[in-house]
Amino acid sequence: MAIANMSGKVAIVGAFDTPVGAIPGSTPMELCVQAALGALADAGLRREQVDGLVTCNAMAQPMLYHAEAMAEYLQIFPRYCMAVGAGGGTTFSIIHHAAAAIVTGMADIVLVAMADSLRSGLSREQALLVQSSTGHPEFEQPFGPTVPAYYGLIARAHMARYGTTAEQLAQVAVSGRAHAVLNPAAQMRDPITIADVLDSRMIADPLHLLDCSLVSDGGSAIVLTSAELARDLAQAPVYLLGAGEGHTHEHISQAHSLTTSAAREAGERAYAMAGLGPRDMDFAQLYDCFTPTVLIELEDLGFCAKGEGGAFLESGATLPGGTLPVNTHGGLLSHCHPGNPGSMFALTETVWQLRHAAGARQVRDAGVALVHAQGGIMSSHTALILGREAG
Amino acid sequence: MTRILPRPTALSQPYWDGCREGVLRLQQCADCARFQFYPRCICSHCAGTRLEWQTVSGRGVLASYTVVQRGISAAYPAPYVVALIDLAEGPRMMSSVIGAAPEELQVGAAVEVNFAEWSPDIDMPVFRLIEQARGESS
Repeated sequence: MAIANMSGKVAIVGAFDTPVGAIPGSTPMELCVQAALGALADAGLRREQVDGLVTCNAMAQPMLYHAEAMAEYLQIFPRYCMAVGAGGGTTFSIIHHAAAAIVTGMADIVLVAMADSLRSGLSREQALLVQSSTGHPEFEQPFGPTVPAYYGLIARAHMARYGTTAEQLAQVAVSGRAHAVLNPAAQMRDPITIADVLDSRMIADPLHLLDCSLVSDGGSAIVLTSAELARDLAQAPVYLLGAGEGHTHEHISQAHSLTTSAAREAGERAYAMAGLGPRDMDFAQLYDCFTPTVLIELEDLGFCAKGEGGAFLESGATLPGGTLPVNTHGGLLSHCHPGNPGSMFALTETVWQLRHAAGARQVRDAGVALVHAQGGIMSSHTALILGREAG
Repeated sequence: MTRILPRPTALSQPYWDGCREGVLRLQQCADCARFQFYPRCICSHCAGTRLEWQTVSGRGVLASYTVVQRGISAAYPAPYVVALIDLAEGPRMMSSVIGAAPEELQVGAAVEVNFAEWSPDIDMPVFRLIEQARGESS
């Protein structure tokens, strides 16, 4: 059955990030509230106008009913309220669902707020839990796979099949850092070279320390509403033009392919809804928990052919001023990665880029962008297409 | 600190019993004859429910591998290998490769199952490069 076309009917009208990096003085809930209030102020909305609330659980401060706890803290009483237990692709999946809730009238103004304190707030036990929270408990975890190890398996498979090199993977980190240099909010702002990446400590061969994303504290929020309501608010709306998901497995040993992911289906579905294709995108934010994810996403989302991600990266296309700037805030590799909320920062950055309010890192004449995230181990994928115009 | 231990279920117990006995067992579907891993109550190919345990060859090839240099806990001294093995009978499983230097490993290399004691109750299936396994047995 064809789904109702939501293209252009929902808009992001508010966006806000807290400071990121090491923020030891604030609990995840306080960061979440700060982000939420910032996004509402940006939109010119009062908290009592919010009738939909979505949060993610915080690993450093887990709660059974996180979104309800957040609503209680804010003293708002939504009619649409849920917390998601995971981040990555799930964050954008929930944007997809919240948009559907707006189109169907379940809520008019949905606040999506996420924060965590992976850097300052985790106990030793919680940190171990984070490490072992992926992996099949009976058939994978006993072998001691770390999170980087799963992505090392993916990187090695791509290298063996397509001749991708460690230098090409390193270019993902170099490119992200080149963007972060231009972003005063980024956690890591010193330029790096391919040699710096290859000389950094090996974590899970072939992945070095600088192939791995950061560990951060931070919070981020957006406000979604209908295109009609968006017209009268404080900021120029950023419209949701397309959304698509693909879900293929949970455990990497069960993936049907190590080198092609459901980013392909997610992208195809998002492009179809938007009536646009990869060549229409002025920039892209691609989930970069580890460098090989960006390589595979570039291919699966149609920015280059399968197996040519390495050459595409080598061409400099993803750098500032390139033909497809990628992760214009610096991404999870250089801006910040507080865990579950990580994808949110790619979304707020996209909002600022499409408002033409991104300062020194502004992509010239940016009109349409693709934002993608994956969760699990290349398991759960959602692509969103956002634009300055409703269509 | 102890290594992470699997908790066998009633369904998976024959698999773990096999590991203790030094044989690798997979479920085979009586309807479509295909093998699957991990154990399930339905066939992952045809959704049939008549699944029978079979002892398999224990041979396969390395689908991918990584050398972990920063172990998950003190119970896992680095470096160690985490690998995906494509078994000769079809299914893919996660395991480790032991007894080989990292530079000897390559995607596509032939491997053979061995078993390593993880606890008094649990042996885990691990793999060796086949040439090496032959070398030691001769």
